[in-house]
Amino acid sequence: MTDPKHYRKHTLSLLVENHQGVLAKIASLIAAKGYNIDSLSVAETLDESISRMTMSVRGDEWVMEQVVKQFHRIIDVIKVVDLTDEPHVNREMIFIRVNAEPANRAEILRITEIFRGRIVDVTPMTYTLEITGESGKIEAVLELLQPFGVQEIVRSGTLAIARGSKTITKRDETKLRLASRKQAVAE
Amino acid sequence: MRLTGSEIFMKSLQAEGVHTVFGHPGGAILHGYDVMLDFPLRHILCRHEQVAIHAVEGYYKASGKTGTAIVTSGPGATNTVTGLTDALMDSMAIVVFTGQVPTAVMGCDAFQEADVVGTTRTCTKHNFLALKTEDLPRIVKEAYYIARSGRPGPVLVDLPKDIIMGRAEFKGYPEEVSIRGYNPSVNGHPGQIRKAAELIASAQRPVIYGGGGIIHADASAEFTELVNITQIPTTLTLMGLGGLDTSHPLWLGMLGMHGTYAANMCMVNTDLMIAIGPRFDDRVTGKLSEFGKNAKIIHVDIDPTSIRKNVHVDVPIVGDVKRVLIQLNAELRKIKRDWRSDLEEWYGQIAEWQRAHPLRYHQTAEGAIKPQYAIEELFRVTEEHDPIVSTGVGQHQMWAAQYYRSHNPRRWITSGGLGTMGFGFPAALGAQAAFPDKLVIDIDGDGSFQMTMQDLITCAQYDLPVKIFIMNNRYLGMVRQWQELFYGRRYSQVDLEVQPDFVKLAEACGCVGLRAERSGDVKPIIEKAISTPGPVVVDVVCEREENCFPMIPAGSAIKDIIDHGEPIPEKLFQGWR
Ligand SMILES: Cc1ncc(C[n+]2csc(CCOP(=O)(O)OP(=O)(O)O)c2C)c(N)n1
Ligand SMILES: [Mg+2]
Repeated sequence: MTDPKHYRKHTLSLLVENHQGVLAKIASLIAAKGYNIDSLSVAETLDESISRMTMSVRGDEWVMEQVVKQFHRIIDVIKVVDLTDEPHVNREMIFIRVNAEPANRAEILRITEIFRGRIVDVTPMTYTLEITGESGKIEAVLELLQPFGVQEIVRSGTLAIARGSKTITKRDETKLRLASRKQAVAE
Repeated sequence: MRLTGSEIFMKSLQAEGVHTVFGHPGGAILHGYDVMLDFPLRHILCRHEQVAIHAVEGYYKASGKTGTAIVTSGPGATNTVTGLTDALMDSMAIVVFTGQVPTAVMGCDAFQEADVVGTTRTCTKHNFLALKTEDLPRIVKEAYYIARSGRPGPVLVDLPKDIIMGRAEFKGYPEEVSIRGYNPSVNGHPGQIRKAAELIASAQRPVIYGGGGIIHADASAEFTELVNITQIPTTLTLMGLGGLDTSHPLWLGMLGMHGTYAANMCMVNTDLMIAIGPRFDDRVTGKLSEFGKNAKIIHVDIDPTSIRKNVHVDVPIVGDVKRVLIQLNAELRKIKRDWRSDLEEWYGQIAEWQRAHPLRYHQTAEGAIKPQYAIEELFRVTEEHDPIVSTGVGQHQMWAAQYYRSHNPRRWITSGGLGTMGFGFPAALGAQAAFPDKLVIDIDGDGSFQMTMQDLITCAQYDLPVKIFIMNNRYLGMVRQWQELFYGRRYSQVDLEVQPDFVKLAEACGCVGLRAERSGDVKPIIEKAISTPGPVVVDVVCEREENCFPMIPAGSAIKDIIDHGEPIPEKLFQGWR
């Protein structure tokens, strides 16, 4: 078996029924199968009876095939799309509280600017930054700030949306479901 | 019309065509049981909720109709967990309604409260918590639909007390279901079917390997048609038994851990496995890295998650087994091939295996009874009745699979995936409730039977004339066999020498008790049991240390099958040796 650290990161977009118990079903499936979830974010969609979950999962091709199929098996899951190899945009947001001694403040501000972030809170000894970007950018800024003393971080987990005019919400739901089934069969 | 939740519940069951339910009342579900009195519903009061669930499984497996159970909250609900897990593993369409404490006190550790939806999340296909009385018709409709469609499975509906006692407008039972996240696929992909047909047409040493999916899809006619068109030798899993008549000339016997030598050797030497509705259980595949190494695999299954879960598959086909077989058979009929003469060499090889390694046992005249003999004799005496046969779990279960050679589907009811001791008798009870006039036989073990035997009284009360044959070796035989073979004969906690007098127990519970002690008793006692009206328990006192063969030791490759009692390879010994 390959080392899980080398598995590719996949971004899954799930549409699920927005009612009590659904998140627990997803979570217990993840726990039972021992999947490697890096992040998960959940919120309502335009249709308030549907929530979207965006999930980063690591796994080889076989694991990913299983993950997608297993999620499909949950009755409250309406759709699962693996965006990884589709054109898509993904973003993550992070709050970083970093030591800001007077001598370092100018440098921290410069870094914040380069990364198009903002300072959202200031205390005599710390700055709190808000940065948005792809995971790579978030990692880069964290690395740059590390020498100053990062005290705490809060990350949103990845959000992703497919590029183009294609939507994966209700309107063309059946079309996409057929497509994903076709794909499953062809595999 | 404003009705109480319980009335809506009962009306929904009626509309769903439910006539028989199994269950046990209690505080949280009292209101439902009160309203039940005003409805023409047959309720069978089982003495333990686990029995109710296994009975419902037996009812489903025998009849194909979704089974229904009703139990109370807390302990009533938690007692269903084993049965639900069993039903999930073996794809049994059942719906279980559990009482629940009022919504206002849920989560407060109220009396007889258990987090049932949480507890059963991983042992149901789906579960519901009813939170509004007016939702009940929709929930009941969806519960039955989900249980029986796609890959069948158990569905649980948790009914808080205030929801069934509250009132709501009843606008009738819904006619249609639409669940946007659930659309089980039915037809196979035509391109995949063509690919499968091409592979089948060119295979030199093909084998057809059928599983429980054939039974669930009621597809044994189409499956038999596949065998007849292609003339390919065929084996079935424990759960698939009944999918092909055992008198069919191409029948190889069961495969797997205790399957026939020939069926297992076909799996090792084949160049094409045509897998119809199995799930590649480890009891069938043996060591995975060796399984199907030189074979291409076609796998048909309704459940996409079953495909490529354990083994590599060349042609996966997702779809209802019956529909896919109809499509595949149509495709195969177009192929011009002299199937029989092309497979001549393969037939010869198989005949060789069958000749050298048949299933066998040795029964001495007037000696201690060999369990295999008792079961084969039972088969000979009762075959013409085409009975429904259930089993417990253990050696007797495997011997029943080997020697009770059922001809038809839905006649064989056994706990395969979970291997639940105590399953056999309740399952027979449930099957008998579905078919009051049919001969229903439970081939049980002394250990297994003791797990659920308190419900003999239920058979007597409802006049369910099941015939129970206990293969009594006074051992947890299968565990003893493993201890003998793999742990240097160190027997640990397997001796059941101290046990109830099953004849007296039967009598105490309003049943008839019989006993067979020597091989000469077997046939007359079986005949007597079958002709005695009402439930009968037969204590078949067997040879104690008979072993079940062939056997593929757990984790070994199929080719390392032990045919009949040859010495166990040293490397398989575990424990202190
Ligand atoms: C509920 C449960 N507990 C434990 C086991 C493990 N187990 C498998 S077979 C077996 C022995 C069964 O004994 P018996 O019913 O007498 O059948 P025999 O093997 O003697 O024919 C045991 C304990 C099980 N399958 N199910
Ligand atoms: Mg025994």
